[in-house]
Amino acid sequence: MRRDCPLAVLNIMADKINKTHGAGGSATSELIDSIFREAFSNEYLEPLSDSAVLPLPAGKKLAFTTDSYVVRPIFFPGGDIGRLAVCGTVNDLLMSGADPAYITAGYILEEGFDTDDLKKVVASMADTAKEAGVQIVTGDTKVIEPADIKEPGLLINTAGVGFIDEDIDISPARIKPGDAVIVSGNLGDHHAAILGCRMSVKNNIVSDAAPLTQMISGLKDAGLDIHAMRDVTRGGLATILNEFASSAGAHIRIEESSLPVSEEVKGFCGILGLDPLYMGNEGKCVIILPDEEKEKAVEIMRKSPYGQNASVTGSVSCGTPDVTMRTAIGGEKIVSPLYGEGLPRIC
Amino acid sequence: MNLSEAANFLKNYNGRELRLMEVCGTHTAGIVQNGIPSMLSDRIHLITGPGCPVCVTVTDYIDRLINLAKDPANIIVTFGDLMRVPGSAGSLTQAKASGADIRYVYSPAEILKLAKEDPGHTYIFAAVGFETTAPVYAALLSGALEEKIENIKLLTSLKTMPQAIRRVSDGIDGFLAPGHVAVITGTEEYRQLASELEVPFVVSGFKGEELIASIYALTRLAEREGKAGFINLYPQAVKEKGNEAAKAATESFFEKGDAAWRGMGIIPDSGLYIRSEYKKYDAGSHDLAGDSEPEGCRCREVITGKLPSCDCPLFGTVCTPEHPVGACMVSQEGACFNSAKTTKNY
Ligand code: SF4
Repeated sequence: MRRDCPLAVLNIMADKINKTHGAGGSATSELIDSIFREAFSNEYLEPLSDSAVLPLPAGKKLAFTTDSYVVRPIFFPGGDIGRLAVCGTVNDLLMSGADPAYITAGYILEEGFDTDDLKKVVASMADTAKEAGVQIVTGDTKVIEPADIKEPGLLINTAGVGFIDEDIDISPARIKPGDAVIVSGNLGDHHAAILGCRMSVKNNIVSDAAPLTQMISGLKDAGLDIHAMRDVTRGGLATILNEFASSAGAHIRIEESSLPVSEEVKGFCGILGLDPLYMGNEGKCVIILPDEEKEKAVEIMRKSPYGQNASVTGSVSCGTPDVTMRTAIGGEKIVSPLYGEGLPRIC
Repeated sequence: MNLSEAANFLKNYNGRELRLMEVCGTHTAGIVQNGIPSMLSDRIHLITGPGCPVCVTVTDYIDRLINLAKDPANIIVTFGDLMRVPGSAGSLTQAKASGADIRYVYSPAEILKLAKEDPGHTYIFAAVGFETTAPVYAALLSGALEEKIENIKLLTSLKTMPQAIRRVSDGIDGFLAPGHVAVITGTEEYRQLASELEVPFVVSGFKGEELIASIYALTRLAEREGKAGFINLYPQAVKEKGNEAAKAATESFFEKGDAAWRGMGIIPDSGLYIRSEYKKYDAGSHDLAGDSEPEGCRCREVITGKLPSCDCPLFGTVCTPEHPVGACMVSQEGACFNSAKTTKNY
């Protein structure tokens, strides 16, 4: 639109977010119209009413989840906070056996945040939602004082709903001796990418932030009997497997040599004294299913773009409800859950 | 000798009982991470020595840091696990919860940036470590000097290894020389220590296979009682003279002085302090010698190798990684933390 048109002025967004954008008046509507509405547009969002009114499929259970995203930096190799906000919530729904359907987008913008950056985050969120097969059906924006005046940012909360077939029952309590443990791909990528950014280390590590919709529906379509499944986020694989072992009352043993970890992440962890077993991902999961289904599962997972390094990494047996690992050099050790914050070592 | 032959030997070793000590936090963590204790005969005991910089730091230091944190003009900057280490009355985490400004950084370069952008505050960096980290702190000081940044200070607790090794060497049959320290200081000091103490030293890398190879070599040297011996099995990183540039950087900003070590008291000339010509950068690091351990905590004996962590009555019951009582359970390089990680049903 040309500047000389008097009406056009109204549509030109300020290049930084300010208090009026969250005040609920004309600037708020302008922000919503020019940035969010177009990017997210769908039939449920469009009426822009107080709540989205959604159809319920018959004979299904509802899965409902929420999470908040506060990552810094906002843009990182392999993704951004918008992509993360979709992947995290979608993957949480998937892990309970649901087909993700709708998500919400709550944006908390810090005063001074760059409008162009906001557009990028929103566009990335819209793309990721499309890829994940979910619609963003309602949202909210607020503007707050920046926590750090030099670096105003944004926070996003997403809630999501999905639908589960009545007969699906995925829960750690179903884990049985004899089951196999499968990891969907390289561990530690997201964590290492973010840490690398914060430390200004130059390397090729990119975050694995990805929605696992395709991979998980592939497994379900094949009729595999998934006993338990969890996305590998904060706390890492070690923490999840410990939770699994204790809720199943069974022992889990993994093989270090079959744990998928990229050479770059291995190197990075070696320097900092970090352990990929305790590092978070945003596009990986661990699946436990009967031993006789493991090959089939790995084959299906490897066909998905985000599961190319899927591998069987362990097994469940009778025994003390904890986790052990056979190390690459032939040692045995207990794998404890994450304690503390997993910081780099000094010495 | 390949890995499986060495591993075989270590598993079936049947010679005299050996107490082998590692004195580098990264070795401690590497040994646990690779499950090495499970690969050794029960006649070989690996003992964790004073290689964890946070663990050997006395409570006076933590207390001083907390006092500095109480002044709103100061911002405390730290990396590593210093936050949860108990002082005589509370930890930095508690100070932070009651309003003190305490921040994590991942590299000292970040501090220069922070300080430059915020001249209204003094940034006090908790500079804890050994010969390994001293050059990093020297680089920070040199950056501050160059860029004329006046609002940075260091509260140092910097120590040098050889003197502490002498103190704990009683009853030890062999040492894995401190790996990262030797990268900086070189092999010479450890070759001398080996002949002075009449125990063998092996310089080891950090990977599982390297650790096995080094423990194998150390066992072969130590099985013959009273014989010294020195082998550098990490020659790709550890040179005879060490890293001369790093040593020179340390020397230009730091000078030797007496230092207090937890469990060992004051050891003459085992500390590094900011040189007097740069004392404006020092946040008061001298004479921090008082050390009060939390009640019942036996870190002093653990650090010096006299008591295995699991023999501390609090271990695994009152003191756990989630609720650590002493520094050795807080630090990821600490003996108690690493034992807890590998102990079933503690
Ligand atoms: S187990 Fe805890 S209380 Fe006991 S020595 Fe170790 S840190 Fe101190």
